[in-house]
Parts: sequence; structure tokens; C-alpha cells
Amino acid sequence: MYAFNYHRPDSLEAAIGLLRTCEDGLFLAGGQTLLQSLRQRLAQPSDLIDLGALPELSGIRREGDQLVIGAMTRHAEVAASDLVRQSIPALAALAAGIGDAQVRNMGTLGGSIANNDPAADYPAGVLGLGATVVTSERELAADEFFTGMFETALEPGELIREVRFPIPRRAGYVKFAQPASRYALVGVMVAESAAGVRVAVTGAGPCVFRVPAMEQALAQDFQPQALDGIEVPADELNDDLHASAEYRAHLVGVLARRAVKAALAGL
Amino acid sequence: MKVSMTVNGRPVEAEVDPRTTLVEFLRKHLNLTGTHVGCDTGQCGACTVHLNDRAVKSCSVLVGQAQGAAVTTIEGIAEDGGLHPVQAAFREHHGLQCGFCTPGMVMMAIDLLRNDPAPSEATIRQQLQGNLCRCTGYHNIVKAIQAAAATMAATEPAPTQMKEQLA
Ligand SMILES: Cc1cc2nc3c(=O)[nH]c(=O)nc-3n(C[C@H](O)[C@H](O)[C@H](O)COP(=O)(O)OP(=O)(O)OC[C@H]3O[C@@H](n4cnc5c(N)ncnc54)[C@H](O)[C@@H]3O)c2cc1C
Ligand code: FES
Ligand code: FES
Repeated sequence: MYAFNYHRPDSLEAAIGLLRTCEDGLFLAGGQTLLQSLRQRLAQPSDLIDLGALPELSGIRREGDQLVIGAMTRHAEVAASDLVRQSIPALAALAAGIGDAQVRNMGTLGGSIANNDPAADYPAGVLGLGATVVTSERELAADEFFTGMFETALEPGELIREVRFPIPRRAGYVKFAQPASRYALVGVMVAESAAGVRVAVTGAGPCVFRVPAMEQALAQDFQPQALDGIEVPADELNDDLHASAEYRAHLVGVLARRAVKAALAGL
Repeated sequence: MKVSMTVNGRPVEAEVDPRTTLVEFLRKHLNLTGTHVGCDTGQCGACTVHLNDRAVKSCSVLVGQAQGAAVTTIEGIAEDGGLHPVQAAFREHHGLQCGFCTPGMVMMAIDLLRNDPAPSEATIRQQLQGNLCRCTGYHNIVKAIQAAAATMAATEPAPTQMKEQLA
């Protein structure tokens, strides 16, 4: 690791202020991704601002027809929360399937979506459920938040405070885990709500994306067979040693059907 | 920078480089070498310890992140020079061969039994996904954890919890 200054502020204002005043600072959440990047010298921040002493950034609550989850809430807390299991079981299942138990005890919702790994699970949850990302500066719809591979609409110094998930009528998330890392080779979130149907795919492309043709078909008929014959073109999908682009394209169809089944079963 | 925390019930304080990981701090500053480093990249789980009663990979936690926390390592789980029921079960059921992964396995097992005192085999295997063992093939590790669950159910409260209450 390159040298950095470490700060552990005890107020949100101090955290945001610190990042503004230091030369090239980064927020530290669970550190499950950032520490590996530091170790490999892929990142060279002048300062790390640890968000670990800010209880106001973690927690899960229901506000009307929304489930609100703080940025520092650990994956394990989301997976185990009765509130999440009752209102959006697909989101609890998604969190329970991230990495392994130790990673889930440290890794956070905010860290996962700020990082926007092309194979991460939460981006599919946030985009598929049509959530809103609340930052220190503004509110961003999921559709504008994820902008590219490891890229988001966050400006330098902008902090994610919480994510607001509208509670859907039903939703399902299914991933085909890469067996060594358990990241999504492909993962699909399908959600149906009064606003319509959303289908979000992670792992397959450089960035999480929606599949409008599937959304329209499912809006007509929310059944797995409604997706028969709908194919996602392989052209722009990831092609690497884990899977070819064609294989990933095929998986999108298979997993979307399974996600609809899971949604129908209320899993 | 200065850090302070409680390790195995004992308050500790030290001056450290901010780049120090929790496992380096335990092994090099506190000489608690029972916690092993297998990969140093968050993959193998050999470095698993408890941070405020939750299993974490101590190679993937900066020492600053443990500021003010209660840390428990493999050295801190047994009572009076004896073995913790999970350690005893690993010995009894041949849950280790070279023993390199064992401290991490035991710490993960204690965490999983705390959350689920009577886990199914599937749950045990799922909860151990972050712990790699190159020797045993996992079978006897699973058996040991099932046996430990049974012993611990018969002798409540669990020794780690007692220890923390005393601390
Ligand atoms: C072995 C292993 C397996 C994994 N498997 C999976 C998997 O299957 N699926 C999956 O989705 N993920 C997986 N992960 C990644 C894991 O979920 C990480 O926890 C997550 O991607 C990053 O979260 P973090 O809290 O650790 O963030 P950090 O590593 O602390 O931070 C990541 C980035 O986000 C920024 N950041 C953090 N919080 C905020 C905030 N509130 N506002 C603005 N920026 C912020 C940081 O500055 C940094 O750039 C795995 C990780 C490991 C080590
Ligand atoms: S040494 Fe920490 S996970 Fe391998
Ligand atoms: S006993 Fe040798 S690695 Fe597990």
C-alpha cells in the first residue's frame, strides 16, 4: 500500500468536510474492495475517511411504501433483517448471496454501489427495484446512477447516505455465481410494481443494464413463458475466461425466467 | 497514529502506521500468531477473527477500523487452558490435517453457531464458503461443527459468551 492519512470522523459533516479539504481522499466503508485495491497499489489516495463511526449511516427502516437502507448497512444485516425479508424478500436473498459470511459482515450497500463492479449484486437490486440513491448533495434515480464499468454519477467528494427502495408487488433475484469468487457471472432482478415491470441484469455486461423487451413482455403476462423467444444480443456482453458472451446471453434468459418464478413464489 | 481496542478481553493501545491491517497488528504488535495469513487478499479465511462478535477476515480490515472494538482471536476462546467445544470437536473428529486453516475455521464455526445453534449440514457448508482448506476435503470439518453444536446445546451458555461477560 502507498502511504495515506487515516481519519475516523464522528460526524457526517466532519466526514464530508475532511474529504473536501484533503488532496485526494476516499471514503472507506467496509474496505472489502478498497483494501484489496490499496494493497495492489491500484489506488493511491492521500487520505482515507473511514465512515465506520457514523451510526446515522446504517440501519433499515420503512417509510410508507419505501424501504430505506443506510449506506453503511452491512450485507449480513440486510440478509437477516425481518423488515427486509417481509417487504422485499428478493433483496434479503440478494444480500445473503454476496460473497461469503465474513465479507457480508463487513461489506456495505453504499460501498457496493459506489464501486459498481460489473459483477456485483446490489447494482441489479437497486436498478431492478427502481430505487433512489440519496447522497450528501442530491437524490439520484437508479437509472441515472450507474453510468459505466466501475463508474457512477457520483461527483468527487459526494457521499451516499442511503438508498430508498420502493416496495414492489413482487420481485425475484437469481444469480449464477462464479464458483471461485461468488460474484455474479450473471444475475437478474425482476420486479413488478404499480409502476410496471423492471428487469435488471448484472455480470453480463460492462455495467448493470435493463432489458426493455423483457419488461414489456412481463407487463403483459407475468409468467416465465412470457420471455420465450426474447434474446439479449451477445455483441456487447463480457467475454472472458469464466464465460463467453454467448453463454452469458443465454444465461440472461434462463435466469430471468427463474427470477420470475422466484417472484411468483414470493421468495 | 494511535489505536486502542480490546483483544481477548484485554485492553491494548499502540502507535501504528495507518496501513497496518488488523492481522498484522495481532501477529506483529501483539504476538498473537494463532491467527494465520493464507492469501492476504480476502479469499481464504485463515485470518478470520471476531470483530465485535462478528467473523471478519482480519487481513481485509485496517487496524483503524477496529478502533474501540472488541476483538477475539483463536487465543481468546478457550477457558482455563482447556479447549473450546469447537476446538475439542475438531480434534475428536479429525477436522484438521496440517492445521493451517484451522484457526479461521474454528472462529468461523463459533460465529455460525452463535447465529444458528443447530445448523443443518447445508448451512454449515454455506457459512464456510469463505474458508478454504487444502487438506481435509471439508467433510470432517462439517462433522466436527455438528458435534460441537450438540455439545454446546447441552452446556449453555457458550464459553465465548461467558468470557466476554467477564471481560
Ligand atoms: C472474497 C470476496 C467476495 C465478494 N463477493 C461478492 C459478490 O458475490 N457479490 C458482490 O456484489 N460483491 C462481492 N464482493 C464485494 C463486497 O460486496 C464489497 O463489500 C463491496 O463491493 C464494497 O463494499 P465495501 O463496504 O467493502 O466498500 P469499500 O471497499 O470500503 O469501498 C468501495 C468504494 O466505494 C466508495 N464508498 C464506500 N462507501 C461510500 C459512500 N457511502 N459514499 C460514497 N462512496 C463510498 C469507497 O471510497 C471505495 O471507492 C466480494 C468481496 C470479496 C473480498
Ligand atoms: S489471509 Fe485473510 S482471507 Fe486469506
Ligand atoms: S487442514 Fe490443512 S489447510 Fe485445512
